[in-house]
Amino acid sequence: MELLKDVVKPMIAGFGITRKRLSHQKVTIMYPEEKRAQYPRTRWRHVLTRYESGLERCIGCSLCAGACPARCIYVQAGENTDAERYSPGERYAVRYEINMIRCIFCGYCQEACPTGAIVLRNDFELANYRRENFIYTKEMLLEPMPIES
Amino acid sequence: MPKRLETVVLHDSSTPVFGDIEKGGNVIVTTLDTVLNQARANSLWPLTFGLACCAIEMMSTAGSRFDLARFGMEAFRASPRQADLMIIAGRLSKKMAPVLRQIYDQMPEPKWVLSMGACASSGGVYNNYAIVQGADQVVPVDVYVPGCPPSPDALLYGILKLQDKIKKGQSPKTFHDLRIIETTPRQLEQVKS
Repeated sequence: MELLKDVVKPMIAGFGITRKRLSHQKVTIMYPEEKRAQYPRTRWRHVLTRYESGLERCIGCSLCAGACPARCIYVQAGENTDAERYSPGERYAVRYEINMIRCIFCGYCQEACPTGAIVLRNDFELANYRRENFIYTKEMLLEPMPIES
Repeated sequence: MPKRLETVVLHDSSTPVFGDIEKGGNVIVTTLDTVLNQARANSLWPLTFGLACCAIEMMSTAGSRFDLARFGMEAFRASPRQADLMIIAGRLSKKMAPVLRQIYDQMPEPKWVLSMGACASSGGVYNNYAIVQGADQVVPVDVYVPGCPPSPDALLYGILKLQDKIKKGQSPKTFHDLRIIETTPRQLEQVKS
């Protein structure tokens, strides 16, 4: 009787908790196969956007580079000509480089940008083997041209 | 006599598919290195090396939501002699650098280093006298994970990249092929090409 009270009863109580937990919802996200939904304001990889006409939004003003606390943005501006037009204004960015490994994804560049050219989207898969590969050039950052319809 | 010889088919996920069962393959031909690398990649034991806020995300990765145990990595070791992966999570100060190096030297071969976050990888916002500008100045780093801090899924992506590297059999880097680069803007010709 003592045995029943001291050993079997707590065991049944213990397994009761296990049984209760078995029916709980599973919390694990099976990451490589299934990705969790990112929050709408998640800040990850930068994208240089375009207007619907295909012209670049970036005007090469370097305000993003000034706002960057990590000093990881480098912008070199050039003049647009009628023959070679990249952006609607007078100037465009000849070179636009972000050192992705120094960037802290604070989003100040996005806030500073007067034309909304640089935005932080939610592509988080940025890990790489070499440090050289983290300097993202303008070609890597620019959005693809909108499809002509 | 077996009907046909099958080689090890290395899958994208961490589970290897041995032979093609539907075609009747029942013999596995492989090298010892492949098997060893598979074993190493799927049972990495990380070292608890949280230096700053990135460690919170590292702990979260080991938690039930992201569950590092799915990749055979749940055993976080407090002793460097039992670990083979060092996750440098957080900014590395110059005072901590000799300690990091000593702990790295105490880890048994083969060993790998994953540098987590902007501060460990490059110094991040702390471009000052106190912080080492990139842990690769002290130890050879295999995978860099950017972010401040990287979310658990970004760290998991880095770990999967490291597993890929181990499975391909690339040996851990030595200081000879280690290159420390500065963030000087590149030549215009390079950018155009």
